[in-house]
Amino acid sequence: MSMAANPITQPPIPPVAEREDYLNKEYGIWSWLLTTDHKRIALLYLLSITFFFFIGGFFALLIRLELLTPVGDLVQADSYNKIFTMHGMVMVFFFLIPSIPAVLGNFLVPLMIGAKDLAFPRINLLSWYLYIIGGALMMHCMLTGGVDTGWTFYAPFSTSFTNTNIVEAGLAIFVAGFSSILTGLNFVVTIHRMRAPGMTWSRLPLFIWAHYATSIIQLLGTPVIAVTIVLVAAERALHLGIFDPKLGGDPLLFQHLFWFYSHPAVYIMILPSMGVVTEIIACFSRKRIFGYHFVAFSSIAIAVFGFLVWAHHMFVAGISVYSALIFSFLSYAVALPSAIKVFNWTATLYKGSIHYDAPMLYAFGFLGLFTIGGLTGLFLSALGIDVHVTDTYFVVAHFHYIMVGGAVMGYLGGIHFWWPKISGRLYPEGWARLAALIVFIGFNLTFFPQFLLGYMGMPRRYYDYSHMPEFQVLNVMSTAGATILGVGYLLPMVYLLWSMRYGKPASDNPWNAAGLEWKTTSPPPTFNFEEEPVVTWEAYNYEELDAPQKQEVPVAR
Amino acid sequence: MHDSSTTAVHEHHGEAHVAHNPALLHHFAEEQQQRNAASLGMWVFLATEVMFFGGLFCAYLVYRRWYFGDFAAASKSINMAMGATNTAVLICSSLTVVLAVWAAQTARRTLLIVSLILTMLLGMVFLGIKGIEYRDKFVEHHVPGASFSFENEPIPGHPGEYANPRHAQMFFSLYFVMTGLHALHMIIGLGIFTWLLIMAWKGRFSPEWHTPVEIGGLYWHFVDIVWIYLFPLLYLIDRHA
Repeated sequence: MSMAANPITQPPIPPVAEREDYLNKEYGIWSWLLTTDHKRIALLYLLSITFFFFIGGFFALLIRLELLTPVGDLVQADSYNKIFTMHGMVMVFFFLIPSIPAVLGNFLVPLMIGAKDLAFPRINLLSWYLYIIGGALMMHCMLTGGVDTGWTFYAPFSTSFTNTNIVEAGLAIFVAGFSSILTGLNFVVTIHRMRAPGMTWSRLPLFIWAHYATSIIQLLGTPVIAVTIVLVAAERALHLGIFDPKLGGDPLLFQHLFWFYSHPAVYIMILPSMGVVTEIIACFSRKRIFGYHFVAFSSIAIAVFGFLVWAHHMFVAGISVYSALIFSFLSYAVALPSAIKVFNWTATLYKGSIHYDAPMLYAFGFLGLFTIGGLTGLFLSALGIDVHVTDTYFVVAHFHYIMVGGAVMGYLGGIHFWWPKISGRLYPEGWARLAALIVFIGFNLTFFPQFLLGYMGMPRRYYDYSHMPEFQVLNVMSTAGATILGVGYLLPMVYLLWSMRYGKPASDNPWNAAGLEWKTTSPPPTFNFEEEPVVTWEAYNYEELDAPQKQEVPVAR
Repeated sequence: MHDSSTTAVHEHHGEAHVAHNPALLHHFAEEQQQRNAASLGMWVFLATEVMFFGGLFCAYLVYRRWYFGDFAAASKSINMAMGATNTAVLICSSLTVVLAVWAAQTARRTLLIVSLILTMLLGMVFLGIKGIEYRDKFVEHHVPGASFSFENEPIPGHPGEYANPRHAQMFFSLYFVMTGLHALHMIIGLGIFTWLLIMAWKGRFSPEWHTPVEIGGLYWHFVDIVWIYLFPLLYLIDRHA
C-alpha cells in the first residue's frame, strides 16, 4: 500500500516557478566549501561518510572473501590483521559515529526546533574540516601500510611491539574526535538556546532528545579517548612505560580509558538511530508516540548508564571478580531504558494505521535486529556466558546487530524519510522497498550464522580455520549474505542519486508528518523558515493532522 | 580557538540587519540569546576539557598510589619554589582577568587594555618559569627517554630505600604530559587574549557587547584551575614528612 493510494495524502502541489532554496541559492565549489549553512554542511558530511562507508565496506568484503575457505589463501596473516583493523577503524570513527548526528542531525536539529541555523555555524563548518583532515590522515595511513592492532589499539602491543603506523592512525582519530566534540557542543547549545517560541522541552521531537543524549556522550566521552591516544603516541615515541607492564605501566589502565569512551561510543551510534526510528514509527502508524516522556528520558538514561558499564569489555582481562559483578549488573541495568523504548514503539504500533513505506520497512528492520542485538548483549553481560564466548564470532555478531542492524538501518530509514526534504524530490518507492528487503535478508544471512559460529567456538580475528573445517558451511552463508547486503547498500545510492535529477518533485510534507521540518518548503530556504515559527501544538499530533481527512470520508447514515 | 569563532563581528548576512548591533549574527533573534549561546558554548567546552584532563588525572592517581615512594622521591626533585611562584602568578592573572571583564562591562577602555596586557604578561611569566623548570629537568637527565637517569635517589621517609628509576620515569612522563598540555592551553590562551587586545584597542567592546571578553576570561580561569590541581598533585607529594 503506497502513500499515493492513501486518503491522508495531500493533493500534489502544482509546479511553481523556480523557488529559491538552500540548494539553488548559490552555485560553485566555494559556495559549498565555505558554507556555514547547516543543511549544506550536512550534505558535505553525507558525501564524505558515504565515501568512507564504501572504503570500510571494501575491507569487509576482503574479510568475508578470505573466510570463504578454511585455509588462508587470499591474504597472509599480517595483511588480514590490517584488513580487519582498517575495517573497524574506518567504520567506527569515520562512518558510524558521524553518520546520523553529522548528516541527519545537522540537517534536522535546527529545522525541528524552529531555528535558522545551529548556534555556531562556523564551528559546524570547522568540524567538517576536522573530519576531512582526520579522514585524509587515515587514508594516508592506510595507503602507506595501515595498522594491525585491531581498532581497539590494545597496549602493550600498540605501544611497544607492532611496527605499523600507530601514531598516524591515532592522530587521525584524535582529529576526527574533535570534529565529533564540536558537533555535540553545537547541538547542546542549539537545543538549549535556539528553540522557537512555544517549543518547550516536552514538545521537542524525540529525535532531538536522542541527539541531546548523544551529544552528552560525545562531549564527555571523546576527550578521554583523545588523551588516551596522546598517551599511547607519547609512549610509542619516547618509550615512557605508561601502559607497558615491562616498564612498570598497567595495560589494564589503557583498557579502562579506552572503553570509557568506546563503550559509550556505541550509544553515539545507536541513540540517534533510535531517534530516527521514533519519528518514522509515529508517522507511519499515524499516532502520537506512546509514553513520550519515557522515551525521552530513556535516551538520557542510556547516556548516563552508558558511562557506567565499560568494564564489561574486560571480564577476562584480569579485573577483580567484585568489579566484574558490579559491571555485569550495570550492563543489565542499561537494558532497561533500551527495553522501555522497544516496548513504547510496539505500543505505538498497536492499533495504529500502519503504512508499509520504505522508511517504515527500515524501522521494522531496526526493531527486530536491535532487539536481537540487545538481547544477545544480555547474554554477554552474564559473566559465565561472556567467559565462554569472549573473542568469538558471537561477540562480532552481537555488535554488528547493534551497529549495522541497528544504527545503519536507522540511518537508511532516516535518509529515505527525510529525502524529500533534503533533495526536494521523491525517491522511487518500489525500488526503496526492494532495497530495504534486500538489506534485511542480506544482513541476517551475514550475521546470524556468526552467532552460531561463535557459540560453537570460532574465534574472531583468525584468517585461517583449516583445523576446524566444519565451520565452513556457516562461513559460506555469511559471505553470501555479505554479497547480498552489498547489493542492498549500493541500490539506494543509485536510485537516490537518480532521483535528485529525475525524481518527482516533493511537496512540502509528502508524508503528512508532524514536526516543524515539514512546515517549511522542500527543500527549505537557507534560513529554514520564511517567518519564525510559533509552536502551539504538542509533538506527534497525528490525531489532529488526520482529523480533517477523516471527516471528508463519506459516511452512510 | 573555538570561542573566537562564535563571536566575531563580521558576517555576510549583516547587511539585512543594519539597524541592529553589527555583532548580532543573523541566526539569533536578539543579543541576549547570542550572549547566552556563546556563554553556554564555552561552559560546555570547558566540560569537555575537564574530561580531557580527567583521563590524565586518573592515570596519575593510579600510579601515584601504586608507586607512592618512587613518585615522592621524583616529586622531591622538581622545584617547589618555582611551582609555588607560578601558582601565585596565575592567581594574580585571574584577578586581572576579572578586572578586564569588569572594565568591559563598565566601558573603561584604558583599564580593559591594561588588564589584558597584564594578564598576558603574567601568562608569559608563568611560561618563562615553566621553561626554566623544564631546562633544569633536561640538565638533570630527568626527561624520560634514552638519557633518563634517576639512580640512588632516596625515598622520603624510608631511610636506606631508593626509588626505582622506571617508576620515577613514569612520574616524569606524566609530569611532562600534564604540565605540557597545560602549557599548551596557556599558549592558546595567550593567542585568545592577543585577539581580545586588538579588539579592545579598536574599541569594539561596549557594555552591551563584550561577550568575547567574558568567555575568553572563562577559558583563562579554567586553565588556572587546572594548575591549582596540578600544583599539589605534582609538587607537594609527601611534603608533610
